[in-house]
Amino acid sequence: MDPLRPVSDAPSPAEGASVAPDLAELLKLSGRGDQGAFSQLYDAVSPRVFGLAVRVVRDRAQAEEVTQEALLEIWRTASRFDPDRGSPLAWMLTIVHRKSVDRVRSAEASTRRDTSYHQQNQPVDHDATAEAAHASLEARRVRTALGSLTPVQREALELAYFGGYTHTEVAGLLDLPVGTAKTRIRDGLIRLRDTMGVGGA
Amino acid sequence: MSIDIHALSGAYAVDALDDIERAQFERHLADCPACRAEVASLQEASALMAETVLEAPPAGLRDRVLADIATVRPLPPLVTGLVSGEAVARRPARRWFPGLVAAAAVVTAIGVGVGVTQPWQDESSQVQPSAVDRIKAADDVQSFSKDFPDGSSATLYRSTSMNKAAIVTKNMADAPSGKVYELWLQHDDRMVAAGLMPDGPDNVVELSGDPATADGFGITVETDGGSTSGEPEGEVVAVVGFDQA
Repeated sequence: MDPLRPVSDAPSPAEGASVAPDLAELLKLSGRGDQGAFSQLYDAVSPRVFGLAVRVVRDRAQAEEVTQEALLEIWRTASRFDPDRGSPLAWMLTIVHRKSVDRVRSAEASTRRDTSYHQQNQPVDHDATAEAAHASLEARRVRTALGSLTPVQREALELAYFGGYTHTEVAGLLDLPVGTAKTRIRDGLIRLRDTMGVGGA
Repeated sequence: MSIDIHALSGAYAVDALDDIERAQFERHLADCPACRAEVASLQEASALMAETVLEAPPAGLRDRVLADIATVRPLPPLVTGLVSGEAVARRPARRWFPGLVAAAAVVTAIGVGVGVTQPWQDESSQVQPSAVDRIKAADDVQSFSKDFPDGSSATLYRSTSMNKAAIVTKNMADAPSGKVYELWLQHDDRMVAAGLMPDGPDNVVELSGDPATADGFGITVETDGGSTSGEPEGEVVAVVGFDQA
């Protein structure tokens, strides 16, 4: 682990900048109760956290609540992050995603399905996605990598990750035989992983 | 166990399993290093997708989050002494102890896979404060405490006349992700499941079963949902005999 080094007081939350501060170090300090470190962590990751929550939960007020809950959980469990088992960002976003999915599933019928906000037939709104993230080089790389998946892999993966659907529901949405959506999701993730060169693959 | 279960790694990485599948897969993960590694790498991949949806949060959120965290103490790290074999090894075997350790050791050694699905059939009931207070107020109440190296503690209160026992934890670290603390009562050489402990540092959990006739109690770390074999399978956190009141 890098030696302790100061991180600038107000890191710019600029979208698209790759995450400059040492997130693992900030997590470690947060686990010791360092609120200043956590505020830097917030500045570094909140656009990802909130963006992901909004994308899955859709309702902005609820996405704020989910973001707040997830960040509190990250604060509370920061000492449990194990750098040997993955990157800090993936660890945090896994918590955020889980909470977002829990929220849409528990809210199911009431909120998500009958909201007219963002309601569309197109399961994934690529234009809005692109617009929000056009400045990000990393986003461009990811979108290129996603573009290399087969259409079914990509749709299955996006319905699962951004739509919060189970693989069984994804199979239904895409008219796939039950049991094959999970394979498409896995294949898609493996391709994304290998194209982006993450996960020690 | 289904051979197919490995194929759930991708769906698990993107939270696309229903609750039952998730519990099954997490039980599988505990025994399958290959799947653990794959899930970790796929979670790295899925997290990249968040790069495409960046959105600055509303201005007020930062202050609310920072106000939130100021009121919550971060959990301590998982201290190896608490859940590793170290705590067990340091304690000499006592007469109520070998049954449990042997069970845990044997299962660990052969890595028995368990395919029975009955998750959460016995979700531990968190008792009202009054329930533990009644036990504590009983004329014949006994208490048995276990202090852990990280400063946490677990105290069991038992009333033989009421045939009830409750455990009170202080500052207890959560079980590792995908794991849960399971409570046991020892009857002769058998350990009988007595409930699961929810996450959270300070819990009050009433034990099920027959505390009055038990010889001791134990806490183990089991895969989420608890041991499915009816015997302790995971690591032993504490074993305390009732003859040492």
